[in-house]
Amino acid sequence: MLDYETLRLLWWGILGVLLIGIAVMDGFDMGTAILLPFVGRSDIERRVVINTVGPVWEGNQVWLILGGGAIFAAWPPLYAVAFSGFYLAMLLLLASLILRPVGFKFRSKIQDPRWRAFWDWSLFAGGLVPALVFGVAFGNVLEGVPFRFDDSLRMTYEGTLWQLFNPFALLAGLISVTMITMHGAAWLGCKTEGEVQARAQGVGIVAALALILLFALGGVWASGLDGLRIVAGAGPDGPSNPLRKTVEHVPGILMRNYAVEPGTLLAPGLTIAAAFGAAILTLVGRAPRLAFVASGLAVAGVIATAGLSLFPFLLPSSIDPASSLTVWDASSSRATLGIMMVATLLLLPIVLGYTAWVYRVLRGPVTPQAIQRDPHSYY
Amino acid sequence: MTAMDLVELSRLQFGLTAMYHFLFVPLTLGLSVLLAIMEAVWVMTGRPIWRDMVKFWGVLFGINFAMGVATGITMEFQFGTNWAYYAHYVGDIFGAPLAIEGLMAFFLEATFVGLFFFGWDRLGRVQHLIVTCLLALGTNLSALWILIANGWMQHPVGARFNLDTMRMEVTDFAAVIFNPVAQSKFVHTVSAGYVTGAVFVLAISAWYLLNGRHRALALRSMTVAASFGLASALSVVVLGDESGYTAGENQKMKIAAIEAMWQTEPAPASFTLFGMPDQAARRTRYEIRIPWVLGLIATRSADGIVTGIDDLVARAEDRIRSGMIGYGALEALHKTPDAPAQRQLFEAHVDDLGYALLLKRYTAQPAQATDREIKAAALDTVPAVLPLFWSFRVMVLLGFFFIALFASAFALAATDRLDRYRPFLRICLLALPAPWIAAELGWYVAEAGRQPWTIDGVLPTFLSVSSVSATNVWLSLGGFVLLYTALAVVDLMLMVRAVRLGPSAEEERTPALHPLPEPTAAE
Repeated sequence: MLDYETLRLLWWGILGVLLIGIAVMDGFDMGTAILLPFVGRSDIERRVVINTVGPVWEGNQVWLILGGGAIFAAWPPLYAVAFSGFYLAMLLLLASLILRPVGFKFRSKIQDPRWRAFWDWSLFAGGLVPALVFGVAFGNVLEGVPFRFDDSLRMTYEGTLWQLFNPFALLAGLISVTMITMHGAAWLGCKTEGEVQARAQGVGIVAALALILLFALGGVWASGLDGLRIVAGAGPDGPSNPLRKTVEHVPGILMRNYAVEPGTLLAPGLTIAAAFGAAILTLVGRAPRLAFVASGLAVAGVIATAGLSLFPFLLPSSIDPASSLTVWDASSSRATLGIMMVATLLLLPIVLGYTAWVYRVLRGPVTPQAIQRDPHSYY
Repeated sequence: MTAMDLVELSRLQFGLTAMYHFLFVPLTLGLSVLLAIMEAVWVMTGRPIWRDMVKFWGVLFGINFAMGVATGITMEFQFGTNWAYYAHYVGDIFGAPLAIEGLMAFFLEATFVGLFFFGWDRLGRVQHLIVTCLLALGTNLSALWILIANGWMQHPVGARFNLDTMRMEVTDFAAVIFNPVAQSKFVHTVSAGYVTGAVFVLAISAWYLLNGRHRALALRSMTVAASFGLASALSVVVLGDESGYTAGENQKMKIAAIEAMWQTEPAPASFTLFGMPDQAARRTRYEIRIPWVLGLIATRSADGIVTGIDDLVARAEDRIRSGMIGYGALEALHKTPDAPAQRQLFEAHVDDLGYALLLKRYTAQPAQATDREIKAAALDTVPAVLPLFWSFRVMVLLGFFFIALFASAFALAATDRLDRYRPFLRICLLALPAPWIAAELGWYVAEAGRQPWTIDGVLPTFLSVSSVSATNVWLSLGGFVLLYTALAVVDLMLMVRAVRLGPSAEEERTPALHPLPEPTAAE
């Protein structure tokens, strides 16, 4: 059996994998939904766009649900603080996630153009709002969140909804939306033909280049932000009680991990290289699948960059540094981390296996002809 | 201390969203299995009518499934948004089954539901049947893990309070999984879902027969629903929830409340068939009692004692006093961690710690509570008796009604007379809402009967909430009511529309060409 420190470190890694899983898998159908009203100009074009993700978006969304469940199981305090602290933002996110499943299912059931337009914009919101809220949340986490614990570890949050939308967090939100749009465009590049494909790829190139600029700007901005440093604590195998450590506030050190461990620079480097690669591959044409892979790598790089900047912090507190959640004091018990590790190692490969099979069965572009031939089998 | 209006609002929101979510879950459970059965017949016989049946019921399944998915996300979110202290306090145990549900079950159903609809032309017959079976397996496994989580709330086994982390932590994960309460709840809930699916198919088929439409499809669907429904209805009632009866102190309180049994009686206890429980006077008015029956059902013996509410309150009082000692030791240990005597005291009383937390409603210092506060907290362990008493009875009555309904349908199907008696078909149609009523009442009994706890004997409901403002919960509650009402209207409209269009809609309607033609086969 692995020791507590190793398990925590591994679960920090799995947390990263799950967040990347959400952004890469659910990200492309959210990006597709953001592009829907713009690259699809007639009903049949929009149906083509919707049906590129129609059979798979539901499985993709499980990455999001699993992400929530895994944080609950492996990092309970993080789950409690993030979900209740960002209360109204989370409910906004939830509302958009509720509109998505019904939007996909309900839209094609009635042929009235107003009905369909309504669900098109609902799907658009179902893609845009999560991308924006996730990005804004990440921005706030990097800046620190106003919460504290009392002795019984009950958390109180001392911010408002509007404070979440501060300039740096909005930049993070914009990075997220740009990234998701790029990724959706890369997906449509693989799964559509003709004009829809050309429009999506045009947007994709712009989004990839914009991502590079915004990401670099975010990095420069973040390097001026304040950070936290653990002065004393219970150690990497201590009990999960955030209050048992002393933390100091240090100006301008948020990005110090990159100076201490230059190897971590691979993550931001990957983002820029892969986004650039996605743009070039799309521009040259002929390799839409490679462009999609490059786009996915860029997405992974963005999330890894944020995670590595914070380590060992998961959720810093801006008003009571000692309350901050870290990898060493916000996890489940060793037993639970161990059990969940075994469950993940057993089940995730099976999931990946049948998911790959389903994508293989559904391979090939979606065409207007196929939908017109068999209009009731498609959304 | 937390404001009680925040607690009440959070409970109302969770209750409403859970009840709403559970309008869609049982139908998903039942229809997914029925689809697999019908498709198996299609693969074995090769008769196209069976494929048409799968496709037709599949359309209704799809509309319902989307609503189930949409409203299910809400449930996962709320543990964090509205029940943050709960998430901290028991996440170490409760989070695991939720995460495993995602990995083992939800991925399965969500990945294959797409292929179920989009894979007809891309898969061979057997392959598609396997996809449908995996979809049904996924929905059922999903119920399993959710009920393991819920079963642990009713009967928290395999966990212990850790004073370093101020929360419950796993000691025996196998005990959590093989929790007898969870297992019986799973069987009961899944069977109830099968009954719902079967009544749904039965009722809509009966409507077709009454209107002389789609006779071949309706008769076959009814036959499948009748046999599957009969087996399921028997299993709901027979396997029922009984094994949960014996487990746990609070399960005893729940049973006593359901039966409005105020005082312990000599064994075997009598069963109150009818009555008006009066919680203030602690007696039941106008009661009609059947001797022996309750003792026999609840203890499965002639000499087992069913403990009454008054005695259980007295026991709760003892546990509160014991918990106060543990709470005092916990406070002392926080000031001076190296105090062996205090630690020993804490270990001796840790199992009653949750009972001391009940006092937090009345005092900030549970270790120094007065006799009056202790008595009030002990009385709080009694859930509201009258609604439990009646919800349970209506649910059980409906359970027996389903057995009668399916037995009749089965007998008629076996003798080829399903469409002969119009009154019977009308009963089938009118029965449509009944399984939903039974299922919602069942959840009410299970969860309202668990009060005042979120985790039985461990964590009181009023302490479980997030530290958010009541205003925020008002806002979210209002949002849910608006959004959910609108979705209910749309969902119902699409369901009715799909039923009216009927199974032959696929052939009748012409392909939609661009630009859009007017709908051709409108109702």
